[in-house]
Amino acid sequence: MGETFAEKIFSRKAGRKVKAGEFVEVEPDVAMSHDNTAAISKTFLSIGVDKVHNPDRHVVILDHCVPPADEKFARNHKEIREFVRKFGIKNFYDINTGICHQVMHEKGHVWPGALIVGSDSHTTSYGAFGAFSTGIGRSEMAVIMATGKMWFRVPETIRVHVEGEFPDFVGPKDLMLKIAGEIGADGALYKAVEYCGPTIEKMGVAGRFVLANMSVEIGAKAGYMIPNDEVLEYIRRRVKRDFEVIKSDEDAEFEKEYKFDVSDLSPMVARPHTVDNVVPIGEVKGTKVDMVFFGSCTNARLEDFEEAVKVLGKRKFSPNVRVIIIPASMEIYKGLLKRGILEKFIDAGAVVLNPGCGPCMGNHEGVPADGEIVISTSNRNFKGRMGNRNSEIYLASPQTCVASGIYGEIVDVRELS
Amino acid sequence: MKIKGRVWKYGDSINTDVIFPGKYTYTVTDKSEMAKHALEDLDPDFAEKVKKGDVIVGGRNFGCGSSREQAVACLVYAGVGAIIARSFSRIYFRNCINFGLPAIVSPEVVDTLEKGDIVEIDLERGVVKSARGIFEFPPLPEAVIGIFEAGGLIPYTRKRLGLE
Repeated sequence: MGETFAEKIFSRKAGRKVKAGEFVEVEPDVAMSHDNTAAISKTFLSIGVDKVHNPDRHVVILDHCVPPADEKFARNHKEIREFVRKFGIKNFYDINTGICHQVMHEKGHVWPGALIVGSDSHTTSYGAFGAFSTGIGRSEMAVIMATGKMWFRVPETIRVHVEGEFPDFVGPKDLMLKIAGEIGADGALYKAVEYCGPTIEKMGVAGRFVLANMSVEIGAKAGYMIPNDEVLEYIRRRVKRDFEVIKSDEDAEFEKEYKFDVSDLSPMVARPHTVDNVVPIGEVKGTKVDMVFFGSCTNARLEDFEEAVKVLGKRKFSPNVRVIIIPASMEIYKGLLKRGILEKFIDAGAVVLNPGCGPCMGNHEGVPADGEIVISTSNRNFKGRMGNRNSEIYLASPQTCVASGIYGEIVDVRELS
Repeated sequence: MKIKGRVWKYGDSINTDVIFPGKYTYTVTDKSEMAKHALEDLDPDFAEKVKKGDVIVGGRNFGCGSSREQAVACLVYAGVGAIIARSFSRIYFRNCINFGLPAIVSPEVVDTLEKGDIVEIDLERGVVKSARGIFEFPPLPEAVIGIFEAGGLIPYTRKRLGLE
């Protein structure tokens, strides 16, 4: 019997052959934390050790409320800067860099075959590059700072096989929403999800990222894809170390296999207030929207804006809609500037803000008012997620969000002439 | 360890945003303040009326969403003695163990108990007792029981490092 990707990763780390279901205590290669590093540092100090175990393992990125919205956020950032300086954490990225999950791979902290943890649920994202990556809690990050190690249960693996060519204006976000709708918010609970098939093999970095990022929305511990040439080239440009692509054996034991064909996929939308409350666009067409949020770790990459600007063309956004645009990183922001894309969105009526999480979890920069409806390219539409429990959030692709911003209501982007 | 209290019953996929809203994660840090916001966007009555030892009964995928540990901590600070659910979201389950809050998987309890029922939980014996019946639940995995018994991950780590 062969081994799955997850079993191979944990076997290497544990130094013995392990199977799904076993518990291991291992050292992650990389440990990422963000604005929660101040709280983590206090827990770390309460353990009573006087130095960080391998400071080079840690990457700290400020993104959750940048620049700080008030003195509490400002104090939080200040404590983090003092902590990383004092304990020799050199991989520190201040408020001018971007969203942690984007910065991690842009700055070369992600590589195929790595075991990466982060004190953020969307840490599943790095499976887009062939890493095993998963979210942990704050106390766990503090313990990794103290000891270098953490316990894990080796997960079973579910395979999601995808084939077919995407129709025009339909893409990876629609696919991921379709998967979430079919499998459900707990459909992959505790499992590793391996995405495979011809559609995945052809998919670029930005699309793969959406699938890995949102794997946590179906309960998964990790989402993974075998890197293709585009991914490997991207990584080689940024990572200075050797790495090995790790693949599941063909005769490995997979718990389940799902099959999807995207050839006739519609634009998909997750309705309030759960990510698996998914319908084809036709069922929500005509819903009035007050705000568009085009940002987040899920869908604010260069490719997302390039696709969306084609939808925009020379149109203007509806005067009844606020459109908030937040590129995922400064590197992307500069790329958009260079290509003249930001100018097009600004001329159409959008507000462009600095890279960061923005209003995604309701900290600042575009919290909706009571009764307002938001359509967002982000990953969660839970009640109160964007800071107001009396608002509603729909999740969709960048193309659908931009098209809806133009008309002031949810529209089928395929019908725009 | 025994826990006795009233049941607060909720549905499936109770997420971390309704347990402890994201907008508070960097601004509300005092324990009693955190307790006041527990379940704010799900049940505005909860924080005011919860009593020490009360038990939350939820459906599938309890605690899905963010990794924020405050979604466990705020319930502990509010006095919650245990959570019983059909299943737990992965990071939430870890955070419960690491924070010393019993996270019990029991579909039977979820199917049977109602809001306001009085329950008594015996963690060592793995039993939930109520007027509606007695239910057994599986013990925690052996590999993590030590963390729970030490009172959470931090005391456990201190003990292992010889700092206790």
